[in-house]
Amino acid sequence: MAEVSLRKVVKRYDDVEAVRGIDLDIADHEFVVLVGPSGCGKSTTLRMIAGLEDITDGDITIGGDVVNDVPPKDRDIAMVFQNYALYPHMTVAENMSFGLRLKHYPKAEIKSRVTEAARMLDITDLIDRKPKQLSGGQRQRVAMGRAIVRNPKVFLFDEPLSNLDAKLRVQMRIEIKKVHQKVRTTTVYVTHDQVEAMTLADRVVVMNKGKIEQIGTPNDLYHNPATRFVAGFIGSPAMNFLPCRLEETGGAVKVRVTDRLAFPLPPARAARYQNVPRNENLLLGIRPEHLTEVNGHAAPGIETFETVLDVTEPMGMETLVYFTLEGTYVCGRVDPSAGARDGAPLRLAVDLNNMHLLNEGTGAVL
Amino acid sequence: MVDVALQPTRVVASRSTRKTSSLKNALQRKSTTAFLMTLPLILLIGIFVVYPAFYALHLATLNKAMTKFVGFGNFQFLFKRDTFWMVVEQSCLFAITAVIFKALIGFIVAHFAHNIPSKKQRKWRGMLLVPWVIPPAMSTLAWLWLFDPSYSAFNYTLSAFGIGPISWLGEVGWARFSVILVNVWYGAPFFMIMYLASLKSVPDQLYEAAAIDGANWWQRIWYVTLPMMRNIIAITTLFSLIVTFANFDITRILTAGGPLDHTHLFATWAFKIGIESSDIPLGASVSLFMAPILAIAAVFILRDISKRGNEA
Amino acid sequence: MSALTIDKSGPTRKVKYGSMSRDRTWALRWSYFFLTLFAIVALVPPIYMLITSLKSSAEISAATNPWWVYHPTLSNYKELLTSNQYLRFFWNSAMVSVIVVAVTMLISVPAAFALSRMRFWGSATLATGVFLTYLIPDSLLFIPLFKMFALFGDYTGIQLINRWYVLLLIYPTLTVPFATWIMIGYFASIPKELDEAAIIDGASWFQTLTRIFIPVALPGLIAATIFAFTVSWAQFLYPLVFTTSTDQLVLPVGITTTLIKGDVFNWGQIMTGALLGAAPPLLIYAFLMDYYIAGLTAGATKG
Repeated sequence: MAEVSLRKVVKRYDDVEAVRGIDLDIADHEFVVLVGPSGCGKSTTLRMIAGLEDITDGDITIGGDVVNDVPPKDRDIAMVFQNYALYPHMTVAENMSFGLRLKHYPKAEIKSRVTEAARMLDITDLIDRKPKQLSGGQRQRVAMGRAIVRNPKVFLFDEPLSNLDAKLRVQMRIEIKKVHQKVRTTTVYVTHDQVEAMTLADRVVVMNKGKIEQIGTPNDLYHNPATRFVAGFIGSPAMNFLPCRLEETGGAVKVRVTDRLAFPLPPARAARYQNVPRNENLLLGIRPEHLTEVNGHAAPGIETFETVLDVTEPMGMETLVYFTLEGTYVCGRVDPSAGARDGAPLRLAVDLNNMHLLNEGTGAVL
Repeated sequence: MVDVALQPTRVVASRSTRKTSSLKNALQRKSTTAFLMTLPLILLIGIFVVYPAFYALHLATLNKAMTKFVGFGNFQFLFKRDTFWMVVEQSCLFAITAVIFKALIGFIVAHFAHNIPSKKQRKWRGMLLVPWVIPPAMSTLAWLWLFDPSYSAFNYTLSAFGIGPISWLGEVGWARFSVILVNVWYGAPFFMIMYLASLKSVPDQLYEAAAIDGANWWQRIWYVTLPMMRNIIAITTLFSLIVTFANFDITRILTAGGPLDHTHLFATWAFKIGIESSDIPLGASVSLFMAPILAIAAVFILRDISKRGNEA
Repeated sequence: MSALTIDKSGPTRKVKYGSMSRDRTWALRWSYFFLTLFAIVALVPPIYMLITSLKSSAEISAATNPWWVYHPTLSNYKELLTSNQYLRFFWNSAMVSVIVVAVTMLISVPAAFALSRMRFWGSATLATGVFLTYLIPDSLLFIPLFKMFALFGDYTGIQLINRWYVLLLIYPTLTVPFATWIMIGYFASIPKELDEAAIIDGASWFQTLTRIFIPVALPGLIAATIFAFTVSWAQFLYPLVFTTSTDQLVLPVGITTTLIKGDVFNWGQIMTGALLGAAPPLLIYAFLMDYYIAGLTAGATKG
C-alpha cells in the first residue's frame, strides 16, 4: 500500500516559511498534481516527500510509515527531475540500472526490468547511447525509465516537461499518462502549468504562498473554485473579474456591472445567492468561454449586450476578443465567423449560468 | 476511483522532540565527514606553510648561533648594509619591469592568437607555451649557454652585424637586463594562455555592437575587451608580481646574484646568507622583507576575489 | 501619425570605404607574421639546446657557427644515459614526482569534494583561503623549514636533511592548493540534481564521489594530475636546500651542480642533460596539451 500523507507540514528557511502547514492525503495508485505559481512551495513540498529537504515541522508518511528521518534511499521512491539529471558518463542502460546495481540486484533481474521499461517508453534502440547523444524528449524518457525500473512506492515528478518545447510537451504528457495507466504507481507531480495539471491529474492541489488553496478533481476546480486565486489560476485564458453589485427590486435580483449594464440573475443561481448582501461591492467571475457571440438561441441565463472591441486575436479555431467595461479589461471567445474586428462593435452573449460571485476582500467564492 | 484512505491513528503525535535531535545528528555527521575530508589539506598547510612562516619571524630575532634573542638586531644590521638596499632596488626593479612586459607581451600575443581561425590556434598555442612547459632550471641553463662570455651564440650572430660582444652576465646593466629577459621569456606564455582563454569568453556580440556604434580597433580594445577582462588581468598580474618578486631559479642559475651582488633578489641573497653562509637568522630576516609586499598584494587580491564574487 | 524630420544632409564623420574582407586578410597576415616572430623567440632556446646536445666537446670549443652542427654525434646522449649518476637523478625525480602526484590527488580530491558540495562552518572561507597559501612563497619558507627539519632530526633521530623523501613532505604544499582549486571548479560545475538523483538511487556519499563525481570530473582530474607532476618535476629551490649528496639529488639540481665540474663546463653534456630533463614535461604537454592548458586556465573562465 503506497498512500502518502502530509500532516501540518511546515518548511522554514531562516526567517522565511516556504511551506506553511499543509495537510494532504494521497491514495494508493492516485495521480496527484501540485500546481501553483513560482514560489508557492510546491517543489519544496515534493522535495520534502523525497527526503531532499528536511521537514521543519509536521509529519510525512509513506505507506503508513512516518518517513521524516528516513533518508531518501530508504523511502522507496523514485524521482524525475526537471533537467533529467542523467549521469553523463553512463549509457542509457547504465543510467536506468544504477539504483538497482547499487542494491546488488541479480544481473538477470536488472536486465529484464531495464528491457521492460525501455519497451514501455519506446527507447529500446537507445539503450547503449550516452545522454549527450539524445534529444530532450528522449532524455526525459530515460529519466522516467530510471524511475520505473526501481518499482517504487511513489513516483515524484518535479516539473519534468518545463524544459521541452510546446509540441514535445503535449506528446510527453500523453506518454506520462499512458505509463501511469500501465504501472499504476502513486504519483506526485509538480508543475506550474495548469494545463498539465488538468489533463494528467486524478486530483489537483492548487498551492499559493506556501498554503493549499484547494484540492479537487480537475472538473471540481474548473466549475467550483473555492477562492479567487483558484478561479483565476485554472483555465486559460483566465477568468474575468468584473466589479459588480447585486440589486434587488421587488424580488427580482439583478447583477449590475456598469451604470448601463445589468443582467438579471439566472434562476439557476438564484438559490445560491439568496443570502448574499445586496448593494455591496462584489466581483463577478465569468470565464471567457462563457462570453461568446450571439447565436440566436435564447435560454434562461444567457444575456446579450453590445460593446466595442479593442483588440482581437484570431486563433484559427476561435477568436479571442478584448474589450473594456468601465476600466476592466475583459476577454471573450467568439467563433471566427462572428465578424469580430479591432475597434468594431460586436454583440456578445454572456452565459450567466456559469457565473461566480466573489468577495474581493477575502477572495472567497460565494 | 478516488478513495481517500485516512489512517490518522498510525501517525504518532508528539515526535517533534525526537525528530529535531536526530535531525541535528544527521547534520553533524555530514559536517564531520566533510571536515575530515578537508583535514589533510588543513594540516598540510598548517604545518608546512603557516607554522614555518611564523617560525621565520622567530628565527629572525635570534643571533647567528641561535642562542640568544637579539630583537631587531638583524634588521638593523641589514639596514646598514649597502648590499641590502641594492637587493631591495633590484627586487622591485626586476619584479615590476618583468611583470609589465610579461603582461603586455602576453596580452598582445593573445590578441594575435585570437585573431586567427580557431582550428589553427591549437598549433600556435602549442608552440608559444613551450617556454613555460620546460622546467625553468633547464631552460635557464640554455640561456646561460646562450649568454656565455666566450661562446655566446648571440654575440656570434651580433658580430655578423658588427655589434661587438656584449657581456650579457658580466656587466651590471646587461646582467639586470638578461635576468629580466629570461623571466619574461619564461612567464609571458602563461599570461598569453590565460588572456587567450579570457578573450574567448568575451561575447562576439559586444564587439559587433561596438563596431556598429563606430568604434575602431583601439577603442574596441579599450571599451570592450579590457573591461571584460579586468578581473583576470588583475588576478594574474598580482599573482605574477608575487611569484616574480620571490623568484629564485633564474637568478641563481644565471648570475648567482652577481656581478658583485647587483642582480640579487631577496630569495637568492637569503639563500646565500642563510644556507651557504649558515647564518639562518640573518637569512630569515632577509626573506621576511618580502612579507610586506606580499601582504599588500594579498589585500588587493582578496578585495578583487570578493568583488568578483559579488559581481557574479 | 506625425511625420518625423530626419536630417539627411550627410554623415558627420569622414567615412572610409574599404572592402571588409580585404581588411580581414591584412589583419590575418599581420597576426601570422607576429605569431611567427614570437614562436621563433619562444623556440630558439630549446632548439639551441638540441643543437648543442648533438655537438662533441671538440666542436664546441672550436667555436664554429653555434647555430649549426657540422659533425652531429650522439656521444653526449650515450654518456648520460649510461651514467649511473644521471640515471639516479632521473629515478629520484620520477619517484618524487609520481609519489607527490598520488599524495596530492589523495588530499585534493576529497577536500575539493567537501568544499564544493558539503556546506560546513568555514567552508566558504577555506575554499577561497586555500588559494592564498600561494602568497607565502617557497623562497620565504625554505629557511625556517630547513631549521625545522634539522631540529626534528636532532630530536627524533630521523634524518630529514639531505634525504629525497623529505621532498615528499613539502612538494605537496606547492601542488595541493591549486589542484584543490581546479577540482573545486570542476566539481562545482556538476549540477546539483545529479547528486540528488544519485541519493534517490540509493548511493552513499562515498559512492556518489567515486561512481558519479570522479568519472564526470575526469578531465579536471587529469588536468590536476598533470599540473602536480610538472610542478614537482621542475622544483629547484627546495631540492637545492634539502638535498646535497649526489645520490639524493633530483634532476634540476643534479644537472646544474654536477655537470659543472670546477671551471670546466661540459656544455654538450649539460645541454643534453637539460633536454632529457625537460623531456617528460614536454612529452606530457605534447600528448595531453588540452588537459595541460585546461588545468592552467581553470581560474580564467570559471572565475
